[in-house]
Amino acid sequence: MDATPRHQFDAVKLWEASVSFGPPGRAVPALQETSLSIKQGEFLALVGPSGCGKSTILRLAAGLLEPTTGDVLVGGREVKAKALRLGMAFQNPTLLPWLTIEKNVMLPLRIVRPFRHDFRRKKRGEYRDRVHAMLDDVGLSKFANHYPWQLSGGMLQRANLCRALIHEPQLLLLDEPFGALDQFTREELWNAMQTLWMKRKPTVILVTHDLKEAGFLATRICVMSARPGRIIDNSPVDFARPRTIAMTFEPDFVALNQALREKIIAARSQTAEHAA
Amino acid sequence: MSSYQLRRRAWAAALIVAFFLMWEVLCLSLNISDLIVPRPSQVFTVMVQRMPVLWPHILQTLWTTMIGFGLGVIVGVVIGVLIGTSRIAYDTAYPLLIGFSSIPKVAVVPIFVLWFGAGPVPAILTALAMCFFPIVVNIATGLASTEPELEDVLKSLGASKLDVLVNVGLPRTAPFFFASLKIAATFAFVGTVLAETVASNKGIGNVMMSASSNFDVPLVFAGLFILAFLGVALYVLFSLIEQRFVGWANRRSDAAA
Repeated sequence: MDATPRHQFDAVKLWEASVSFGPPGRAVPALQETSLSIKQGEFLALVGPSGCGKSTILRLAAGLLEPTTGDVLVGGREVKAKALRLGMAFQNPTLLPWLTIEKNVMLPLRIVRPFRHDFRRKKRGEYRDRVHAMLDDVGLSKFANHYPWQLSGGMLQRANLCRALIHEPQLLLLDEPFGALDQFTREELWNAMQTLWMKRKPTVILVTHDLKEAGFLATRICVMSARPGRIIDNSPVDFARPRTIAMTFEPDFVALNQALREKIIAARSQTAEHAA
Repeated sequence: MSSYQLRRRAWAAALIVAFFLMWEVLCLSLNISDLIVPRPSQVFTVMVQRMPVLWPHILQTLWTTMIGFGLGVIVGVVIGVLIGTSRIAYDTAYPLLIGFSSIPKVAVVPIFVLWFGAGPVPAILTALAMCFFPIVVNIATGLASTEPELEDVLKSLGASKLDVLVNVGLPRTAPFFFASLKIAATFAFVGTVLAETVASNKGIGNVMMSASSNFDVPLVFAGLFILAFLGVALYVLFSLIEQRFVGWANRRSDAAA
């Protein structure tokens, strides 16, 4: 807006953010004083034992949740300001059952600024072509006019990804979107995701249980401790791009995988001690 | 239309015909006086013969019902949306609403007559009072039970509360809404006729009252038949609209797009 040079903002910044659920006094902590900065264009993977607050971080960044204490900034401003255009894909496809696949994928264009301004005028022309091109990319063009219940789980998840990407988000939040897919579909979508990221360089936070997936896609992997979650390890992933599935069998990659595995196992056993 | 559906409709029609045939045969064989139970053939004859006289009354009942029903839908949707979207409104307003809906509407008609005089207004108001409650309950339930995951999809896109309501809440609630419309339409008829019987000089309810005081029993039954027919017609109308708009909620193979 003004003439002063813009600061280099982190795309997402958590500062000692804690989240707890439930009434005061009996509150259950989900995330503990977590600080985390994600730079513009970074592809961050969050891994850790289940229930450790990985999804909580995504929900904080999406503005679906407010931190109990601490701060969350997106695009250098508070989350509510919606400084970055956001795309989100959940673990469940969460497509709206009363809309066809085409209309489901078109949904963000109807809601998100600046697209919603033109929606009425362009929904039959430009926007429709855009949706169809996207569906074509993931092999769903024949199913544009089907309803979600007529599609298989893998197809729904692809449509779900299309919906998260159609409005060219600057910040992409992915909550295990590949989790429920078969091995081959998953690898196919990893490739698609990598291509897309290399082309547009959105900032991505990917929550996953799959270490191979994290290593294949991410520029940095954060390991979280068991509930209440904290970030206990931060490792950059420097393999050359485009990465291939074959590469995931090379010694360097396997070594990274193994190191991460041990950290998570250590984090898990801590909970076991706590519980005991 | 599939042959299965066709067969089902044929059976439904056969059942109706059989019902009237049984009635006719029973009346004839047991020699029942038409002052007690007239035969269907008598009723239909009376209906056709008196149609010029009955017609204005049918129209009267129909338009008062439709206005009462229309107002009931508006009131029901507004209250339903308020209650369904706000936890506080849900908790505070429900007891009052249930209290109101528990009042027998027969008891309210004299009050309406006292306020507005005999005529169409009490009929409209009674129809409204009868039919808005099922709509409120269904809309509120539909909205309150909307999956938070679906709302999250919209919220993460930066949607306003109104966006969420229009794009998720209301479509999600539509099947509940249409189900309640079918009930509410028949309730509205009951309301109108109730008011007409108590205090009115026009309408099917009034015709039946005066006919029964003249011991013109076939005409009373003609009135009943007409009401039943109107009720069925409205029900069918709303079923058709329902299929058009919320076909997605019926996952039968023949409902596929």
